[in-house]
Amino acid sequence: MITKEYTITAADGLHARPATKLIRLAKTFKSVTSLKKGDKVIKLNSMLNILSLGLKGGDTITINIEGDDELDAGEAINKFFDKELKHL
Amino acid sequence: MNSLINNIKGIGTSPGIAIGKAMLFKKVQHFKTGISLISTEEVKNELQKFEKAVKYSVEEVEALKKSLLVNSISIDILEVQTELLQDEQITADVIEKITSQYKNANDAVIEVIDASVELLKNLNEGYLSARSADLQDVGDRLLKHLNDAVLFDKQIPEENTIIIADDIAPSDTITMDVNKIIGFATKMGGKTSHTAIVAKSKGIPAVVGCGFELDSIKKNDIIIIDGAEGEVIVNPTADVLTKYTRKKNDFLQQTALLNDLKDVKAITTDGVEITLLANISNAADMEASFAFGSEGCGLLRTELLFMNRISFPDEEEQFEFYKEIALKAKGTSVIVRTLDIGGDKQLPYFNFPVEQNPFLGYRAIRICLDRKDIFKTQLAAILRASVFGDLKIMLPMISNILEVRKAKAILREVKDRLAAEQIKFNADIELGIMIEIPSAAVTADLLAKEVNFFSIGTNDLCQYTLAVDRLNEQVKHLYEPFNPGVLRLIQNVMEQGSKYNIHTGMCGELAGDVSATLLLLGMGLREFLMSASSIPRVKALITKTSITKAKEISQHAMTLDNTEAIIHYLQECNKQ
Repeated sequence: MITKEYTITAADGLHARPATKLIRLAKTFKSVTSLKKGDKVIKLNSMLNILSLGLKGGDTITINIEGDDELDAGEAINKFFDKELKHL
Repeated sequence: MNSLINNIKGIGTSPGIAIGKAMLFKKVQHFKTGISLISTEEVKNELQKFEKAVKYSVEEVEALKKSLLVNSISIDILEVQTELLQDEQITADVIEKITSQYKNANDAVIEVIDASVELLKNLNEGYLSARSADLQDVGDRLLKHLNDAVLFDKQIPEENTIIIADDIAPSDTITMDVNKIIGFATKMGGKTSHTAIVAKSKGIPAVVGCGFELDSIKKNDIIIIDGAEGEVIVNPTADVLTKYTRKKNDFLQQTALLNDLKDVKAITTDGVEITLLANISNAADMEASFAFGSEGCGLLRTELLFMNRISFPDEEEQFEFYKEIALKAKGTSVIVRTLDIGGDKQLPYFNFPVEQNPFLGYRAIRICLDRKDIFKTQLAAILRASVFGDLKIMLPMISNILEVRKAKAILREVKDRLAAEQIKFNADIELGIMIEIPSAAVTADLLAKEVNFFSIGTNDLCQYTLAVDRLNEQVKHLYEPFNPGVLRLIQNVMEQGSKYNIHTGMCGELAGDVSATLLLLGMGLREFLMSASSIPRVKALITKTSITKAKEISQHAMTLDNTEAIIHYLQECNKQ
């Protein structure tokens, strides 16, 4: 299992467009990915769930990945949060 | 007894006569049935129905997406729709309701969507409230397929359709086949509403702000739209129909005649050449404007690039947008106005403060100087695109010279960054300002030293000079561009512009209003910016007059002491 903390670097938060990208990215792996904000945990398979967390720019979240391809998934998600998100 | 209201008055926003059949454009309301499923067979059926509705909805959105390849603004909205339609949480909740609560698919979808919409709304985030509208859209689409409801898009194929609607949102126009639509009548909206802008740019007659009387119209009623007079006539008598058919033909003939003028230069009888430019919002407008005889783009409103989407467009996307327009301009100049949001133009993804007086508040250049990140991204994109055509930059809502200097410093910073990155751009790109705040008009002599050109924005200048909110129904009648005070300000700008030898153009309604053409010519205006469709009329007038005559007219008009007298005088002049 991989657990890592991230900061939302997009000024407008994790809004619909990045949320769409993130879900689609998570779906390309077999591992189950979840996102934790405060005491709320959601699976990264639903746009509605992500939106309902109301993640704003600067918020800190924890990502949990578990499964056969968790290393690859972790790398891809790492790239998403560190590099791509701020341009979305 | 026929109690139908036959004549409905509204605001004419796009001239011309349309005679056709009414099509009501309404969001269909769906209601719960309260049916409880009683057999496993029924449960299975409802699950299948839901599955199919999702499938059809996704296909529909995908098809829409394909039809829009280039238009990335709309595609963002549709991507979100696709994702929400297949959202695992929503799907699981609906299935749950069908299998364990024995609801039918219709009721299950309504309950799940309503609850989710409520959830997002309660987050009290401006941006997420806007997303709840997307979710509602998704729900409506699913319900439409579940109930085989009559689709708006399926009603379309008939020729000569006149759309009757509450209002038409930007996202609605994505799905409309505008080619079959010959007229619009809406309950709400004003001269600057989206319906008005779309109609005007396509040359389709439109009347907006008709109010609730429009509810009396039924599908397939015969409708006459008089876009110049702002009239909607329902089920006309034979006499009225004949009269308007004649009026329509006259109008078409006149338009055709004016279109013939499109290759004629706008030169006065005493040999002064006048520049007529189009106001545009995108590359398609740019192309279309040449058909009306435009000689370039006097005002590219960049707001539409920022509206009707879910986040700020990045530098790359903006660059592509400006580049396409620069290329389509075929060497003619394009004046790009930097972001003019705030006031009546809000963005769903940008939190505007709640303001008592939005028009006097946080808008346009004020936002750009505050949120330099947004401004710099736009400037960088414009600069990068400037190698593909003759782009110029124009700043809106300037009220003092320090704003110009601050903006110039930021522009310099962006130029330095691009130069350091060895990215090509036009280092000498011209910079101009909108003159639309009285203080700017009064201090035109000071501002002239800082910029390459002025563009007088008459709409805001009029509203600020007369202290009249042009969207407020109760004081709208006081909104008078021909008010002697407004005209004196315009005259001052023109005089200072010529004294300091800087180029002065005019955008806003007045520049395309034929009643004002001679007056403005006489004041010294040589560059008129307007909707492309207004160009032929203004041109026809210019080619028939001399500057000497126009000067006499403007000098006399400026001696008159009230708006009514001025308008009356100018209209009389035009008749001669």
